[in-house]
Amino acid sequence: MTTTPIEIDTGVQPEPLLSDLSRPGAPGHRLPVLDVPDVDDLGGQVLRTDLPLPEIGELDVIRHFTHLAQRNFSIDSVFYPLGSCTMKYNPRINEDVARLPGIAHVHPLQPDETVQGALRIMFELQQLLAEITGFSATTLQPAAGAQGELAGMLMMRAYHLARGDTARHKVLVPDSAHGTNPATAAMCGFASVPIASDASGNVDLEHLRSELDETVVGLMLTNPSTLGLFEQRLPEVIEAVHAAGGLVYGDGANLNAILGVVKPADVGFDCLHINVHKTFSTPHGSGGPGAGPVVVNAKLEPFLPVPVVTRRPDGQFALDFHRPNSIGRLKGFHGHFGILARALTYIRIHGADGLRTLSETAVLNANYLRVLLSDAFDLAYPRACMHEFVLSARRQKLEHGVKTLDIAKRLLDFGIHPPTIYFPLIVDEAIMIEPTESESRATLDHFAAVMRQIARECEESPDVVRAAPREQVVSRLDEVTAARRPILRW
Amino acid sequence: MPSFTQLTPDDRQEMLRTIGVDRVEQLFDDVPAEARFPTLHLPPALTELEVGRYMADLAALNVSVKDWPCFIGGGAYNHYSPAAVGHIMGQPQFYTAYTPYQPEVSQGTLQASFEFQSLVCNLLGLEVANDSVYDGASAVGEAVLMAQRITRRDRVVLAGGVHPQWREVVRSYLAARDVELLTSSVSITAGGLVEQRVSELLDDRTACVVVQQPDVFGHVRDLNGLAEAVHARGALFIVTVADPTSLGILKSPGCWGADIATAEGQPLGLPLQFGGPWAGLMACRMEHVRQLPGRISGQTTDHEGRRGFVLTLQAREQHIRREKATSNICTSQTLLAIGITAYLSLMGPLGLREVARQSHAKAVYAAEAIAALDGCAILTPRPFYNEFLVQTPLETAELRHRLVERRILAGVPLFAGVDGFETSLLLAFTEQNMRAEIDDLVRALAGALR
Repeated sequence: MTTTPIEIDTGVQPEPLLSDLSRPGAPGHRLPVLDVPDVDDLGGQVLRTDLPLPEIGELDVIRHFTHLAQRNFSIDSVFYPLGSCTMKYNPRINEDVARLPGIAHVHPLQPDETVQGALRIMFELQQLLAEITGFSATTLQPAAGAQGELAGMLMMRAYHLARGDTARHKVLVPDSAHGTNPATAAMCGFASVPIASDASGNVDLEHLRSELDETVVGLMLTNPSTLGLFEQRLPEVIEAVHAAGGLVYGDGANLNAILGVVKPADVGFDCLHINVHKTFSTPHGSGGPGAGPVVVNAKLEPFLPVPVVTRRPDGQFALDFHRPNSIGRLKGFHGHFGILARALTYIRIHGADGLRTLSETAVLNANYLRVLLSDAFDLAYPRACMHEFVLSARRQKLEHGVKTLDIAKRLLDFGIHPPTIYFPLIVDEAIMIEPTESESRATLDHFAAVMRQIARECEESPDVVRAAPREQVVSRLDEVTAARRPILRW
Repeated sequence: MPSFTQLTPDDRQEMLRTIGVDRVEQLFDDVPAEARFPTLHLPPALTELEVGRYMADLAALNVSVKDWPCFIGGGAYNHYSPAAVGHIMGQPQFYTAYTPYQPEVSQGTLQASFEFQSLVCNLLGLEVANDSVYDGASAVGEAVLMAQRITRRDRVVLAGGVHPQWREVVRSYLAARDVELLTSSVSITAGGLVEQRVSELLDDRTACVVVQQPDVFGHVRDLNGLAEAVHARGALFIVTVADPTSLGILKSPGCWGADIATAEGQPLGLPLQFGGPWAGLMACRMEHVRQLPGRISGQTTDHEGRRGFVLTLQAREQHIRREKATSNICTSQTLLAIGITAYLSLMGPLGLREVARQSHAKAVYAAEAIAALDGCAILTPRPFYNEFLVQTPLETAELRHRLVERRILAGVPLFAGVDGFETSLLLAFTEQNMRAEIDDLVRALAGALR
């Protein structure tokens, strides 16, 4: 026996990598004995000689992942006022539904007569999403919000081309938009043109008008915006784009504020993607999966991706692939069905009144926090907000040398996930707060008290804030070296 | 009050007072009055008890692969997933966590992603991998765009043996670009499947050549020399895999000389879920890492010198680079990637090799029996992995329907409307197909074709 001293477990030792846990010869998962003749017809030409995978017993695999899970914040453990991410509670009934054998264990290429329930789930969701947003048709295929944007912009492109309108190549994107908007425009071969925001946080209508001409594909508009503000001159903005022959794409990232409050189609949007993993409570899964259905008006309906679920005259549900003007297919099979089934469950639990109350509560919670924090930090735009609002730590930075990043890290010490920071890009030292409808008043009050205490710390003991976090398994990490000398695998 | 909010009526009143309004409706004054508070025509709200029953009733209208024997492949495979995989993915601190933008409180996710990337590299035989894209189909789309960025060329060559849906995705992803898409032809002749050589389509404008291994008909191709031919023209070689359990025994894409490799991750422990969510695996050579789309986790140290992980090389991504990003992708499939990492850890090399060996042996056993049926001929050349195409005397949809009457799930609708494929049936096998159910399939086919 060696006598190397064993360190006390303080919970902050690194968790070994799977490769470190591997012990050659450790028994892995066992299959039944092969019950047909073994075959040896694969020549050495196509066979591999090595298979470097870890060898670890099941208990140690479970412990490893349990230890990793314990190193995460999650909605189930802490408050996540993460702006534009809508970190609401993920009801457990969604998970039970998604694990039903008739939902979890159905092959996407089964004959239609064996998947009538799955097709009906999709059909109902298509209809409910269209009704909630006021549009006439839905595609459930996009895998996430950004793929929904791609679907929407490819449909807008197809619409213009189908009309022989071939000169359009400019996509207008407000400067407060998510990065996915200009990136999507680029993927569609379009030039993305930033549009300024005015002093109230609205689209600068004069600037918009100056960019509108016969080369404009359309406007990608997030409403409520990433500033948490409802566009105050929305009808004028949309009319101006339409008058120039452009279409208006709605980025539905912030739909959680307006369920039952306004139908985007009613105010003139031509299409909209819906992040069901935000608005309709499907879990974020440490960064994915999501799902990004797109709802469209009659102008864009012919161009929907394939397939679309239809109801035949005999009442049977079917997948419709015969759509000659379709933009085609964006991913394999029919979309993230497991996520879509969760979304339908959530919508059915709420009904119309429930959805409206949900949005009203999200907006109430956000405005409450806005008022509680408006003297401790600068409000980026001092007006009533929707489901989120943006603070600026410019005062803390200027007067005390404490940056937004420091404030975010200090929140970790209080067991609170920081808000979204440094976004939108147009707000200096931005702190974007979205409490969602899920949280209790006690949680909101506690968060406000912590934020106010941190604001005091910025004045009285800024080093404490700058040294945060103190209580996590690691302190601040060296991101510069990570990018300069990348270690991306073991 | 709806479910899942926690404010009491008193809370609401006091909060409104704090804000300085009387009614919550006043917070929506910026919404155009004529469109404010529309009626939503939705079915009435259900309680949890009711919605649970409602969804269970809909689920019960489906036949699950747990109910009937399943011989459907075509890009999704009914392999066994050890019980522990689902439990690991079901850890709330994984599935209710957000994207790891705050690394100090996301070390679990970031380390799992780093481990996933390492396993993907080892499986695909390449140097660097991302933390997944949406699925196998979109992974091919992203790989083609990546090759186009690297080579700045305007022709893409797809093998006709690439999954037809994946080829459709490539077409959609390229729709707005001035790129010519060439596909090698595949036809059925008296002697079986005949595919034009992709190398015939190569020229000095070619950005990349994409082949699937095994191909969509199950054939394990000898790709020897192809990478050299592609590279000699200055193009990139992309190899994609529909069922990566095959990599338990088959040469990796890297071994075949691939510059970029992609795969559908579903067969590695993920439930079928009627098509998703799954995960697209994507790896490349290190020299191309700055053109690789998607999230990447990297190892670094904290202020005290402890090992830790962060999202890195973010200058490729849309939230930093906006219109100059490598892709618009934002969401990854992290939870599924964690599931795949758990699956590969639990199976180990011996387990994965056994899955591959058994899936292959069962397909060969079935093929030999089916080849003996009247009017049936195996079209896929040997060797195949776990899937093959059969020529039958009956139209595909009708045959699939007759098999449903015999409580068997088989065949795919992927080749409907393709000349020459009207009566072909694609069958797939996994370690879950016991000999008795394969014998049932053969009997059912004989009966259905009678």
